[in-house]
Amino acid sequence: MSTINITIDNKTLQVDKGTTILKAAQKAGIHIPTLCYMHLEDLNIEHKPAGCRICVVEVAGRRNLAPACATECTEGMVVNTHSLRVLNARKTVMELILSDHPTDCLICPKSGNCDLQSMAHQLGIRKIHYQGEQSTYREDTSPSIIRDMDKCIMCRRCETMCNEFQTVGVLSAVNRGFMAVVAPAFEQNLDHSPCTYCGQCVAVCPTGALTEVDHTNQLIRTLADPAKTVIVQTAPAVRAALGEEFGLPAGTLVTGKLVAALRRLGFHYVFDTDWAADLTIMEEGTELLDRLTRYLNGDKSVTLPILTSCCPAWVKFFEHQFPDLIDIPSSARSPQQMFGSVAKTYFAQMLGIDRKNLVVVSIMPCLAKKYECTRPEFAVDGNPDVDFSISTRELANLIKQSNIDFLSLPDEDFDNPMGESTGAGVIFGTTGGVIEAAVRTAYELYTKKPLPRIDFHELRGLDGIRQATIDFDGLKLNIGIAHGLGNARKLLEDIRAGKSNFHAIEIMACPGGCIGGGGQPLHHGNSTIIKARHKAIYLEDSNKPIRKSHENPYIQKVYQEFLGKPMSEKAHHLLHTIYFDRSKKSFVVTQE
Amino acid sequence: MANYKMHILVCGGTGCKTSESDMIAHNLRSSLQQHGLADDVQVVMSGCFGFCEKGPIVKVLPDNTFYVSVKPSDAATIIEEHIIKGRPVQHLLYNDPATGEKISESRKMDFYQQQYRIALRNCGFIDPENIDEAIARDAYQALGKVLTQMKPQEVIDIIKRSGLRGRGGAGFPTGLKWEIASKVPGEEKYVVCNADEGDPGAFMDRSILEGDPHSVLEAMAICGYCIGASQGLIYIRAEYPLAIERLKIAIRQAREYGLLGNNIMGTGFNFDITLRYGAGAFVCGEETALIHSMEGHRGEPTFKPPFPAEKGYKGKPTNVNNVETFANVPAIILNGAEWFAAIGTEKSKGTKVFALAGKINNVGLIEVPMGTKLRTVINDIGGGIKNNKKFKAVQIGGPSGGFLTEKHLDTPIDYDSLTEAGSMMGSGGMIVMDESDCMVAMAKFYLDFTVEESCGKCAPCRIGNKRLDELLEKITEGKATEEDLSLLRNLGQVIKDTSLCMLGGSSPNPVLSTLEHFYDEYLAHVRDHRCPAGQCKALVHYIIDPEQCVGCTACARACPVNAISGERKKPHVIDQLICIKCGTCVEKCKFNAVLVQ
Amino acid sequence: MSTVKIELKPHQVEQIKQICKEFNNDPGELINVLHKVQNTFGYLPAEIQELVASELNIPVAKVYGVVTFYSFFTMLPKGQYPISVCMGTACYVRGAEKVVEEIKKALNIKIGETTPDGKFSLSCLRCVGACGLAPVVMIGEKTFGRVAPESVKEILQEFL
Repeated sequence: MSTINITIDNKTLQVDKGTTILKAAQKAGIHIPTLCYMHLEDLNIEHKPAGCRICVVEVAGRRNLAPACATECTEGMVVNTHSLRVLNARKTVMELILSDHPTDCLICPKSGNCDLQSMAHQLGIRKIHYQGEQSTYREDTSPSIIRDMDKCIMCRRCETMCNEFQTVGVLSAVNRGFMAVVAPAFEQNLDHSPCTYCGQCVAVCPTGALTEVDHTNQLIRTLADPAKTVIVQTAPAVRAALGEEFGLPAGTLVTGKLVAALRRLGFHYVFDTDWAADLTIMEEGTELLDRLTRYLNGDKSVTLPILTSCCPAWVKFFEHQFPDLIDIPSSARSPQQMFGSVAKTYFAQMLGIDRKNLVVVSIMPCLAKKYECTRPEFAVDGNPDVDFSISTRELANLIKQSNIDFLSLPDEDFDNPMGESTGAGVIFGTTGGVIEAAVRTAYELYTKKPLPRIDFHELRGLDGIRQATIDFDGLKLNIGIAHGLGNARKLLEDIRAGKSNFHAIEIMACPGGCIGGGGQPLHHGNSTIIKARHKAIYLEDSNKPIRKSHENPYIQKVYQEFLGKPMSEKAHHLLHTIYFDRSKKSFVVTQE
Repeated sequence: MANYKMHILVCGGTGCKTSESDMIAHNLRSSLQQHGLADDVQVVMSGCFGFCEKGPIVKVLPDNTFYVSVKPSDAATIIEEHIIKGRPVQHLLYNDPATGEKISESRKMDFYQQQYRIALRNCGFIDPENIDEAIARDAYQALGKVLTQMKPQEVIDIIKRSGLRGRGGAGFPTGLKWEIASKVPGEEKYVVCNADEGDPGAFMDRSILEGDPHSVLEAMAICGYCIGASQGLIYIRAEYPLAIERLKIAIRQAREYGLLGNNIMGTGFNFDITLRYGAGAFVCGEETALIHSMEGHRGEPTFKPPFPAEKGYKGKPTNVNNVETFANVPAIILNGAEWFAAIGTEKSKGTKVFALAGKINNVGLIEVPMGTKLRTVINDIGGGIKNNKKFKAVQIGGPSGGFLTEKHLDTPIDYDSLTEAGSMMGSGGMIVMDESDCMVAMAKFYLDFTVEESCGKCAPCRIGNKRLDELLEKITEGKATEEDLSLLRNLGQVIKDTSLCMLGGSSPNPVLSTLEHFYDEYLAHVRDHRCPAGQCKALVHYIIDPEQCVGCTACARACPVNAISGERKKPHVIDQLICIKCGTCVEKCKFNAVLVQ
Repeated sequence: MSTVKIELKPHQVEQIKQICKEFNNDPGELINVLHKVQNTFGYLPAEIQELVASELNIPVAKVYGVVTFYSFFTMLPKGQYPISVCMGTACYVRGAEKVVEEIKKALNIKIGETTPDGKFSLSCLRCVGACGLAPVVMIGEKTFGRVAPESVKEILQEFL
């Protein structure tokens, strides 16, 4: 690759051909501010519409200022990133953006975590000289996501995530000029659209335009209700990210402190979704083997591959977009829902209370989980198996509100019987983990031999689509893995076209899997954070004494005492589900 | 054409059609029929003659008699007097405003004398719906020459040597553009004609397409040969039904004649053209936005590079030129690069078509050599300011251009002089303003347009132009301060400096140039709360001068809100509380008694 | 953009599908498809956009994004006689604004609206290219040049 010599702020340096001014400046230790630009390097997502114009710099010999994010370096280029002309332009553009943005920062859910706010601060904006009409839009609330488009700055990151990365296609820029905004079709609410609630739009939104539906107040009220027994389950990816909200480096595992904090918040029992993940493996692994055996025996009614079904955004995605394939995914419910249905039956019986007085709360890295709890099939007589779900971010906020000094908390252990988990349950939190957990169990069940090794490195990594062949003592099992619904779509289209030779496929909607979920602490475009969480999950796995789901004593116990065996009638009733064709629905609704 | 002894050309441009030129042609034909002359005299609907002010135009050949302001009822007279008796119809001849003389030949009229028609060479001379007439005037000769005698690079060299620059506004050298596209490797390439003419007050491209569609088709095929493309696309405004219809006919006829399609003229060269419709978005004149629109997307521009030459329509190398640029190409091939380069100025060669409009006597479509002075265009071709008012400014380049004043009247019209003077060539809108036009209000008019047409992708254009417009509104309402004027200037400069595409990059020009040349007028609005032109409603009062008022009651009768009272034959009075400042009384008063203060 | 709720009849559904088919159900032809559908139905209500989206296999949000980007496309039916006032510069400097005001007053509607009886709708457009006749008003297929504010009522009378 040829190199180019350039000068930025009087520093001369050599960069590869094709390098942008922004990247070159970074190399020279010069931080050019950006707003709409986003580069999740490890996930191969680059968004550079060159729309906000905050990153403009002066290039000698050019008539106009150039956006550093999109302008490639050329030989001999001389760049000034902070001349009077640049600073004035940058501030003026920032004032313009602010002039069309509400100034209610004090009560905005994004306050303190808002890219726009920090940028205004960084640029030293003290007065907005340009004032005028502000664009206003109807607020939209769905089960998971709130859209307050008055706060949209048209960075279009959400549009890229929704269309290019997820290929869900719910969001598009609509109207033009001053009235341009990102919205679903006909500017209707998200719940009238095929939105999967993956929350990746929220994860990348630089302002308070897209936020999660906040359940913290509901939780505070519930915990204060003496009539209720309130239990909590916490997803694997939460422990690998929560520490970030308290200033710990990304990738710090805070499992023990998390348990301690939840106990201090007043939960009566602190359980682990990882336990339910182990349960999921028992059901899904058994289903896989069942389908595989029948398939190999020539049963024509069986189709392969089997697809995982833990991710609610992924489930809603195929219900809308691939209704012809709804028989292929495993019928196993997600760990969150398995936990809920077991808790409200098995555990409620154990406590001797009515399910209506047992409140199940989940802490999730995910916004689609909020929607998943509201699906009618996951309720008994109107009482949901999981009452509501709060995100990692909401939990952090609640801990702060409750005056808990998180960093000085002791490490504590989960309660039993639904708190004990294996390393297999932990790795559900990242891409490749569910299938690795399934392999660990399915191998031993199928071959009746102990695993020769526990780590399947061939299933790990952050590439969008991965594949591996695992030798099940002579049976070559082809496994596919995708994270990001756009990647999932490619595998599904192969299946639809009959070109897929996979036996099993794991799909997670978010980049990196649940660790990159829409409810996690914001990465602000820094994908090394996601990489660090990824590593932390595998560290937690390797630290666990038991690393195969079927060896979890409390899983064995629940089958003995309550469920019978995997795929039993009871298990079927409580742990499995059906899917719906949502493609035919017209989303047009009349609005006043 | 051989069978007919005489031809009557009736202008079929949109302007004249609006004045029922269709009906004129119909009446001419039926009158000929009545007199048994249908086989001797042919009536042809031609393209625009350019002299729209005097439309509808009817021209009789071979004696070249040019009739102006013809009505359908004049048709019978033309046939009976001129065709049968050989006597030109005096009252339909052009009346020279200076000498009072009747002029029957267009080339002797001031309007045409200073013009030089290359792009418009066939407009008004041929029936645009008949390829034979185009061919009789050398259409497709250049294509034949190129395909049979020249290598692509030789053609590109001719275009380069000719000095032809893009007529869409930015003035990029056409030959260079073709050369770049020709050198990008690729099996599949595209030639795109940008006919998304969107400037308010501009109709150059439409007139060319309506009057001489074959010149554009031919040039696109030549371009295809040069860059190695076999497909051409014309992106045309859906609001141009007549141009679309004529293009469709022209394409069909060219295909029938083997001038488009496979194996053109037996040379093995394949090239065909299809139409793509715009849908009312000015920003689609920007080439990346245009390409996105043709691909079925929102017409939002994207950052360049990559340029369309590398990655254009469907990701393939694409060359985009505007209509007028293409229309020049066949003439350059036939007459040579040196011929073209001899016309114009050092860096701006050839001619430029302008849509001359506004407060000028001769509204119309004109083509002048580059370097022609503004004064010549306005005074000689344009015939001066309407109603003997005083010239105030001329706006060139539409919403992207700036205002030029009295002191610029001797500026030669070329790319660089106009840019230097704070305007730009633009696509060719040229609007003349007189003393009754308020420059702040005019700047606001253009900003209203930009605000409506901004795609909304980049912040400076989306929000900045809105704020500019609001500041201008504040000024026209007399609510602004001097500080607002410096804000206005700073904002204009920043929008220009930071916008993503040329729409935003040039949208502050009307504001910045009026601030530059008419700062006093801005100050009057801000400091004295006064609109010197008397146009800004919030700042004017209408009063009746009792000395001048004769009490004719014309104003009182016309006033829509009954604000004017007074007895017959006695001076009238306007009630300021009721007056809505509509200006009707000023228009109605024959005695100049209504004063605007 | 406001919209009206309609129910497509089976033959209309077929018609739209046929139009999409003419363009090979190619998403790149979206704008041409929308032109043709609007030509046929007069406007592009949500139900039609949904059908076009599914025929071209693209998200309906994208179709809506395109429809709202281009001023030529409308989601509301136009009046029997759509009135367009040219707001090109030539017409503007020759008083088009006053003409618009007069029409608004005469019909009691704003720009972009349709009279309650569905007879007239009012819109502004940019330069019809008849600058010699400025200001220009188009009503239905008919064009009126050099329109003075006071002649508005008389012109409208023709269509009543």
